[in-house]
Amino acid sequence: MKYAGLLVMPAGLFLALAALVLFPDHARQAAFVICGLAVEGMGLAVAVRGHMLARGARLP
Amino acid sequence: MNPIAAATVPVLSDAVFALTLALLLICPLAIAGVALINTGLGRSCSASQALLGNLVIVAVAAIVFALVGASFSGTLPAASGSAGFTFHAAGKPWNWLGEGSFLLRGLGSAAPQSQLALLFEFLAVAMAALLPWGSGMDRWRLAAGCASAAVLAAFVFPLAAHWIWNGGWLAQLGVNFGLGAGFLDGGGAGTVHALGGLSALAVVWIAGPRKGKFPKEGLSTAMPGHNAAYVLFGCFVALVGWLAWNAAGAIIWLHAPLAALPGTAINTLLTASAALGATFSVTRIRFGKPDASLCANGWLAGLVASSACAAIASPVESIFVGLVAGIFTPLMVELLELALSIDDPSGAITVHAAAGLWGLVAAGLFAPQRGQFLAQLVGIAALLGLLLPLVYLLFALLNRIVPFRVDADGERIGMDLHELGGGAYPEFVIHRDESYR
Repeated sequence: MKYAGLLVMPAGLFLALAALVLFPDHARQAAFVICGLAVEGMGLAVAVRGHMLARGARLP
Repeated sequence: MNPIAAATVPVLSDAVFALTLALLLICPLAIAGVALINTGLGRSCSASQALLGNLVIVAVAAIVFALVGASFSGTLPAASGSAGFTFHAAGKPWNWLGEGSFLLRGLGSAAPQSQLALLFEFLAVAMAALLPWGSGMDRWRLAAGCASAAVLAAFVFPLAAHWIWNGGWLAQLGVNFGLGAGFLDGGGAGTVHALGGLSALAVVWIAGPRKGKFPKEGLSTAMPGHNAAYVLFGCFVALVGWLAWNAAGAIIWLHAPLAALPGTAINTLLTASAALGATFSVTRIRFGKPDASLCANGWLAGLVASSACAAIASPVESIFVGLVAGIFTPLMVELLELALSIDDPSGAITVHAAAGLWGLVAAGLFAPQRGQFLAQLVGIAALLGLLLPLVYLLFALLNRIVPFRVDADGERIGMDLHELGGGAYPEFVIHRDESYR
């Protein structure tokens, strides 16, 4: 689960980069860059959740 | 506040060169301050190993950066004259990796600006490699700490330094996409602190918490630092280093004029002061009394946030940046420990990663150029979306070769006795794990 979260994070960056390439105006670029950051945030949350579940499973 | 990142790099006069060199020679005090804070926040049975580790990691990072990393960061021009590895997509050049001279050849004949930039990068890589060490204290083996410092100095830091400082794709966002002056990070809030703090998160995930930190039942166990005097004196030492660091960074990376340096130093002090005041108040309200170690973390978070925006924001804006950093620092430290089960003794994830990212956002908010905020967001997306997974992957592989975590017996007797054969305080009774649940 942690690896799944970490794999999602680069997808957020590619979304942000795609916005720069595809949209000429700053408003739409900003919207998509913020969406990219949100995707990264979700990936990080999944990774943190995976860490907590793994830690819980290791406790005696 | 100031014009920043001029399109053409101005030629340094002898006086500016001498001043910048003098500032850079004071910068190691910032590293010394962080090392003192790291040591004081750990336990007494690991103090000697912690401080020796700080020193050894700085040494390893410097050597590996000289041998490998500097050529990837591309600070010194290559013999071929290439500006780096570039691919073209959507009609734009994407310079993603530097191509500098190998083994620092041509250092003596390089332009003064390049020599100063290289010295700045040596200090920056030492600081970035040091930050995870504080988070892995009391259970991270010295050999593994050195190996991770080598990985950071050889591959990860040069990548970030090239993108942000040496004409890489983040620095070119202004030229290629009209986003302000490109990604701005004069003092290394992203290149150094966010990278180091995110590496600390990877280390904490891989090494796991200290024994007894999170018992099966009940709340996490408080493991206070063993020497508040080290921690608070480290804050003073760090301030001296940071004043020089931010001023030197403003000259080298933002091409700030000399007249802008007093303002940069004042903003650095104001940001740290406001952050300390905010943390002092928050801990006073939450716990009834101010918490010394959290106040130190707040001070340091203010310094880290100032690294991004001290040369850009006004004094009032700097106070705002510090207030925000000082408010979220104690709350996030508590969140990480109590809610997310992340055992970070030095608080590097909050103090360096989160505060560094906040500083970068603030730099975008207060910079005068149009599109600067968007450039800062793209830079943050790159740091978070690419470098954190990369560091975690590299460290997870490294953990299979050089195990990060000390064995249970070593953790029980303390890192000093286990790794060094002697403690930092041989005449005093020290607390062992039995004293915790």
